[in-house]
Amino acid sequence: MTEFLQYLMTGLTVGSIYGLVALGFVIVYNSSNVINFAQGDLQMLGGMLAVAFLAAGLPLPVAIVLGVAGGGIAGLALYKWAIRPARQAGPLALVVITLGVALVLRGGAELLWGRGYFSLPEFSGHETLNLFGVTIVPQSLWVIGITAVVVVGLSRFFQSSKTGKAIIATSLDPDAATLMGIDTGRMKLLCFGLGGVLAAVAGVVIAPIAFTYSTVGLMLGLKGFVAAVLGGLGNFRGALAGGLVLGITETMMSGYGRSDYKDAVAFLLILVILIFMPRGLFGAAGGERV
Amino acid sequence: MSDIDKAIGMPRGLSTAGGPRLRLAGQGGVLLLAAILLLLPWLLRSGFQYHMAVMIGIHAVIAIGLNLLVGYAGQISLGHAGFMAIGAYGTAILSSRFGWPPLLGVVVSAAAAGLLAFAVGRPILRLKGYYLAMATLGLGMIIYLLISNEVWLTGGPDGLSLPMLSLFGQDVDSPKVWYGIVAVLLLVAYWMAGNLVNSPLGRALRSLEGPEALSAAAGVDVSASKVRIFTVSAVVTAFMGGIGALYAGFISPKSADFMQSIELVLMVILGGMGSIPGAVAGAAIVTLLPQVLTAVEHYEPLIYGLILILVMVLMPKGLVPTLAHRLRRSRS
Repeated sequence: MTEFLQYLMTGLTVGSIYGLVALGFVIVYNSSNVINFAQGDLQMLGGMLAVAFLAAGLPLPVAIVLGVAGGGIAGLALYKWAIRPARQAGPLALVVITLGVALVLRGGAELLWGRGYFSLPEFSGHETLNLFGVTIVPQSLWVIGITAVVVVGLSRFFQSSKTGKAIIATSLDPDAATLMGIDTGRMKLLCFGLGGVLAAVAGVVIAPIAFTYSTVGLMLGLKGFVAAVLGGLGNFRGALAGGLVLGITETMMSGYGRSDYKDAVAFLLILVILIFMPRGLFGAAGGERV
Repeated sequence: MSDIDKAIGMPRGLSTAGGPRLRLAGQGGVLLLAAILLLLPWLLRSGFQYHMAVMIGIHAVIAIGLNLLVGYAGQISLGHAGFMAIGAYGTAILSSRFGWPPLLGVVVSAAAAGLLAFAVGRPILRLKGYYLAMATLGLGMIIYLLISNEVWLTGGPDGLSLPMLSLFGQDVDSPKVWYGIVAVLLLVAYWMAGNLVNSPLGRALRSLEGPEALSAAAGVDVSASKVRIFTVSAVVTAFMGGIGALYAGFISPKSADFMQSIELVLMVILGGMGSIPGAVAGAAIVTLLPQVLTAVEHYEPLIYGLILILVMVLMPKGLVPTLAHRLRRSRS
């Protein structure tokens, strides 16, 4: 039982991270129908930037904030210089472009920081807590806590702020939103920035527990996408739940099964989900957009 | 053409007029390619140059197959290296561990890859959007993990050696003979792709450029067409993976790597989506790039990424169709 709880705790921590990346996928997808293949690499960028700023002598909190800001700026730049110039092109072109950006981020990180493995120090020491026999790393609490804060903050933002509502209007019907005086291009830009921030937050909070390295983004992006699809791509709460389900399944697999196939869980899940439940675990029936 | 015209007109591929992209894919294109392949040996001086020509040929056949999927079905696969690896490892395991004739191994592995592609593609291609990209990315990763971890079967990171191919009782060890084999395969692939594009399946696929609902209304079974072309491209890729492994005599998990899949996609996108000569040109450029630009070896992701973005933003149709268009415009 203790063992199970221990795995559950790890699963929740990892799952929160997948959930954050999945939220980024969902926000970008809802606003502009783009599946952003660079989402995972933006997470890598956030973590790497924070490590670099810390190494440059800045205090940890400042490095963290700058890392997150860096992710946001990269998201904005991605929209402005890669997505917007090709907005006339079909969705296939947009997939290729975000894939290109993912490769550029990965290659850029290799160029700047090499292929080594990096990590940040824990946010509040590394003295472990003990709860019912379960060992808890304080950083896990940071991860789960920050994820909770981000999720609550985001839903507030979308429900009650004017900008948030404008974003929702843009994702529901861009033409009608334009007629209502909403600058939809700006809203899309904002969503890419937001996606970058979410990815970078995930990258920074996990960096003390898991190593960050130039090629980590591919795997993370795919897992974030799996989480988003699990939740029925486009669904906010579903994305978070999908992340948690994936994180827990994966941890149980490496705990009770074969750990060398831990990463295969996500890929198998995506195949199973796409084949048997294309609308996600919590998906409702709905019409297609034509 | 306004959006409304597009919406009410016939889907493009279903109209009788062939698009300009077909010009080099017909009989003329095959003859031109045959002439180039016949003349090339006069220019090739060293064994290394023959080696590069063989590699270009192998990649070109795969790119032609992948291009059918990307250019005609509008779907992208990020796991084609996985199919290549199925062909390569299938051939290696069947021939070296079970003593099968290598060519039979190639054929059986290619068929296995086709079955897998069909099983995975059929449910996924029913969905709209770019799920195939993610699904193939996942599939490719699983194949990579299997190859790296199941050491008893695949040799793990150490790789596997293959027996030498022998044809008509003769061992094939000269690069010139390999050049001949690959040249013939390339010609056959080029010719067959041209035929496929002009077959009912090809026309059905081309109609997908327009609204899918319209193609469906015109009697096209949209998802079945996509599945067929996905399966065909997987079979071609695995077949050439097997041939490539026999040529190299050795394979390692690196051949199933994600970057290998990217390289294949890059050939198609750079050369020109939906253009058969474009696929050949793309394969040649991407294969030669590391030789010309040594930086590619160290900064592969960065350079490939930049090329993908630049091509998509500056000339979304790709190199060959864009140049052909320029040429035609300057003539008239």
